[in-house]
Amino acid sequence: MKAIVRVMLKNGVLDPQGKAIEHALATLGFQGVEDVRAGKIIELSLAETDPERARASAEEMARRLLANTVIESFTVELAG
Amino acid sequence: MKAGIVVFPGINRERDMAIALTAASGARPRMIWHQERDLAGLDLVVLPGGFSHGDYLRCGAMAARAPVMEAVRDFAARGGYVLGVCNGFQILTEAGLLPGALLRNASLRFLSMDCHLRVERTDTAFAGHYQKHAVFRAPMAHGDGNYFADAATLDRLEGEGLVGFRYAMPDGAITPEANRNGSQRNIAGIYSANLRVLGLMPHPEDLVDPLMGGTDGKPIFDALAATFAPRSRAA
Repeated sequence: MKAIVRVMLKNGVLDPQGKAIEHALATLGFQGVEDVRAGKIIELSLAETDPERARASAEEMARRLLANTVIESFTVELAG
Repeated sequence: MKAGIVVFPGINRERDMAIALTAASGARPRMIWHQERDLAGLDLVVLPGGFSHGDYLRCGAMAARAPVMEAVRDFAARGGYVLGVCNGFQILTEAGLLPGALLRNASLRFLSMDCHLRVERTDTAFAGHYQKHAVFRAPMAHGDGNYFADAATLDRLEGEGLVGFRYAMPDGAITPEANRNGSQRNIAGIYSANLRVLGLMPHPEDLVDPLMGGTDGKPIFDALAATFAPRSRAA
């Protein structure tokens, strides 16, 4: 079973990478980009086949390592 | 002083730290591999600068989960003294030994230059050889030194006097211009509640000899050596 962990900086935490991308898009002539936030996607291939246990396990991994919950929030999505 | 320096893969400032500690105390520190767990007999554990595990995922994230860090956590809980510089500071926050986090520099630039630090309190084992509000020069070399914590944590740090060092102008003024990496409230270094764990972003260990261009950072190591000297003599 695949678990996709999406890690984003929390609202209110300065995201200088997002800002740099925003400026570069404006330089390229893209109009109307009001905000850009950059994050990470981590794909986990898990041996677990039970969706509930897979989700719980991926969430625990996110809490303990994949995200730093002082500055980041995460979501877990299961796929196949 | 019996000091130990933890060596993680990708760390590169451990020898600089050893030179500074040896010069101050006359005793060579023990190098501790990140998979070791034995810190017995040490007065001070140092997490040096560098790029542990290639800074993958987040700076210090992997190192903070290394076997040695369980021992460092126990050591700190028993009142042991811990110094984390640069990547070492990042590792201490990732390990939860100090609050907050170090984000990408606000400019997105890697900063390799001298900065000036103002000493916010001197009644600690680390800062006792500086005058209060003294300003000293320190090299910095980091891409992720932008100290962040939520407002409640920042207020608690300020209220409890746990901000140890701030980025300052050479005259001591705390200004946005002095704060090159964008840290909240110009914070360059913070203490734990018992004042025995210090995380510091710039590198005092790289200014401890006239041959390095100055001795501005030497008082930190002299103060540590003095803290532990009486006990060493008694033993």
